[in-house]
Amino acid sequence: MKIARRKFDALVIGAGGGGLRSALQLAQADAKVAVVSKVFPTRSHTVAAQGGMNAALANVTPDNWHWHMYDTVKGSDYLGDQDAIEYMCRAASHLVIELEHAGVPFSRLDDGRIYQRPFGGQSQDFGGEQAARTCAAADRTGHAILHTLYQRNIRSRTHFFDEYFAIDLVRDAEGYILGAVVLEIETGEPLLIEAKTTLLATGGVGQLFRTNTNALINTGDGIAMALRAGIPVQDMEFFQFHPTGIAGKGMLITEGVRGEGGYLLNKDGERFMTRYAPHAKDLASRDVVSRAIASEVREGRGCGPQGDHVLLKLDHLGDEIIRQRLPGIRDMCLTFLGIDPAKAPIPVFPTAHYTMGGIPTNRHGQVVVPHGAGAEEPIPGLYAVGECACVSVHGANRLGGNSLLDIVVFGRAAGNHIIDFLAENRYHRPLDEASVEQALARLARWEEGGDGESVDQLREELQRVMEAYCGVFRDQATMAEGLAKVQALAARLPDARLADRSRVFNTARIEALELENLMALGLATVASALLREESRGAHSRIDYPERDDLRWLKHSLYFADGRVEYKPVRTKPLTVDSFPPKPRVY
Amino acid sequence: MAEAAPRLRWQCRRGMRELDELLKAFLARGYAQLDEPQCAAFERLLCTADNRLLEYLMGRCPHPEPELADIVARIRHAARP
Repeated sequence: MKIARRKFDALVIGAGGGGLRSALQLAQADAKVAVVSKVFPTRSHTVAAQGGMNAALANVTPDNWHWHMYDTVKGSDYLGDQDAIEYMCRAASHLVIELEHAGVPFSRLDDGRIYQRPFGGQSQDFGGEQAARTCAAADRTGHAILHTLYQRNIRSRTHFFDEYFAIDLVRDAEGYILGAVVLEIETGEPLLIEAKTTLLATGGVGQLFRTNTNALINTGDGIAMALRAGIPVQDMEFFQFHPTGIAGKGMLITEGVRGEGGYLLNKDGERFMTRYAPHAKDLASRDVVSRAIASEVREGRGCGPQGDHVLLKLDHLGDEIIRQRLPGIRDMCLTFLGIDPAKAPIPVFPTAHYTMGGIPTNRHGQVVVPHGAGAEEPIPGLYAVGECACVSVHGANRLGGNSLLDIVVFGRAAGNHIIDFLAENRYHRPLDEASVEQALARLARWEEGGDGESVDQLREELQRVMEAYCGVFRDQATMAEGLAKVQALAARLPDARLADRSRVFNTARIEALELENLMALGLATVASALLREESRGAHSRIDYPERDDLRWLKHSLYFADGRVEYKPVRTKPLTVDSFPPKPRVY
Repeated sequence: MAEAAPRLRWQCRRGMRELDELLKAFLARGYAQLDEPQCAAFERLLCTADNRLLEYLMGRCPHPEPELADIVARIRHAARP
C-alpha cells in the first residue's frame, strides 16, 4: 500500500512530561524531532499531577539525596533497581532548579527559596523523622511543568503531530527500530514516520480497571506496541490503587477525609474497618483499607442496588468543617453525585491510579530485553520513559512525588543518550517494508464489515473483569478465573466490528485500536499477578500475605505469547552500598 | 443541534478524569439542546487549558464571560446523576 512518509532524526510518541522533556533535550541539540500525540499536547495526563516533585533540596528540613534514595528503595518494597534510583535521586535537585529557570512557578518560602511539603514515605536519616521533600507549584505542578516544556519545545522548533494515533513500531530483520506507523485522526490516513530513534512516552494503563483516576486517554498504547514488537513487559502485576474513589467513576477522595474523622460503612450500617484493623480502623494503610472494602462487596455487604460499593460517612463533621477543611471533596460530591457530604455519605470503591510496570529499560531510557543468562541487551533505536516504562524506580509501589521526578529525570537521560546514538548513527537504515505492511494490517482489520461484537461492550466487560478478578482482592482461585475470563474476552475481540467505518475523524476506530491495547495488557497483568505467589508493595495476595525475598525478589517479564520469565533486581547502586531488604514498616 | 461532530468529541478527551467525565456526560445529555451560538461558545470553552477548565466546571470560580458561564452551568447540570 502506498503511504505518506516523513523522516526525522528522532520520533517521540506521547507528549506528556516524559516525552516533552526528551524532545526538548534533542531539539536543543539541533536534532530534527517529531512528537506524536493523540490529543493536543497540553491535554496529556501529566496535567493531572497535583502533588509535586521530590528533590532533596533541604529547604525546609535537613535532607540529602541518599535519604531520598533509601525512602524510594524501601517504598518500592525492594523491587526497585537501585542503580536507577540512585541516578534519579542524585539528579533531582539539579532538575528542579532547571525547571524553575525554565519558568515553572514553584511555590516559595518567605525567604524566596522553593517551598517543600512533607508527603508519606519521606524520612530524614534513613527512616528517621519526617522529611519535607516535595516541591510544588501550588496544586498545579504537573500543569506548570507540561505547559513550560511545551512552550520551550515550540521555541526549539520541535515538530508536533497533534491528534495522530500511533499504530505500531517499524523494525527490521536485525531488530533495529526504524520509526512507527501513525494515523492522522482528522483524515483517517496512515503516515509512516521514519526515525533513527523512537521513544515511547505514552503513559500508563489506568483504563484497564472500571474504577480509576486516570484520563480516558490512558490506554497503555506504547506498552502494547512494545509487546507486539516482541518486547516483554515488566512487573505488570504491580498497579497502585487508592482505597477511596467515587464508586463507578473513580475520582479520588483523598485520605484527608478519613484523617478529619470520616469513616466507612457497609450496607448494614456497620463500621467494618474495626474488624479488619481494630486499632488503626479507617486510618489503616491503603492496601488494608482497599482490601477491606473489596471484601465487604464480595461478601454481599456492599451498598446500593448493585451492592457494589461502600459508604464514606462524614456528615457528622458538620457543614462548617467540611466547607473549611475539605472544600475540594465537597465540590466533587456536589458536581458528580449531586449530594452534599454534610447531608449524605459518599459511595466509594478502590480506584486504580498508577502503573508501576511497563516497558523494561535501563537508566539511559534504552529498552532492554533478556540476552542469555541474566544479561540484557538494548533494542537499537528504541527508548521508553515515564509511566509506560519500567526503569524501575518505583518497583512494587510508587512514592508520592516520585512520578513527576521520574519523567523529568529519565526524559532528559534518554534525550542525552539519543544524542550520542545519533552521532554514531548518522543515516537512516533501509526501511523494512514487511514491517510497515504488518502495521497497516492492524488498521485494515477494522475495515471488515458485517455484524459483530461491540467495542464499547467488550471494553466495559474487560474493565469489570479486571476490577473484580485482578483488583485489590487477589488470590489463586480469583485470578485463575479472571485469567480465563480475560482470555475469553480476547478471543471475542477478532469478532468485534465497527458500525461506522468512515475515515474522517472516526473516533470509534481509535477506541477500537485502544481496546486492542487494553486487552493485551489485561492479559499481561492477570498472568503476571497469578504467578507471583507473595505480597509485595501494591501486589497484595490473600493466600500469600508475606513478602518472599528468597523466591520473588525478581522482576517479571511477560511476553505476547503468554510466557512469563524473570530477571534479577539490580540491587547494586552506582556508587553507594546496597540497601538490603528489610521489613517495610512505617 | 444534532449530535456533536466527531472532531468536537475528540476535543472532549482531556488530561484529567474529572474533565472526561463531565464532558462525556454533557455530550450525551446536554449538547443536543444547544443552538448554534451556544455550540460556538462550547467550542470556545474547550480551548481553555485543563486546569482552568476544571476550576470552572467544578464550580470553584465563575467564568467571566456570561455566554461561557451559561455553557459551564449546562455542563454541570448534565453531570448530575
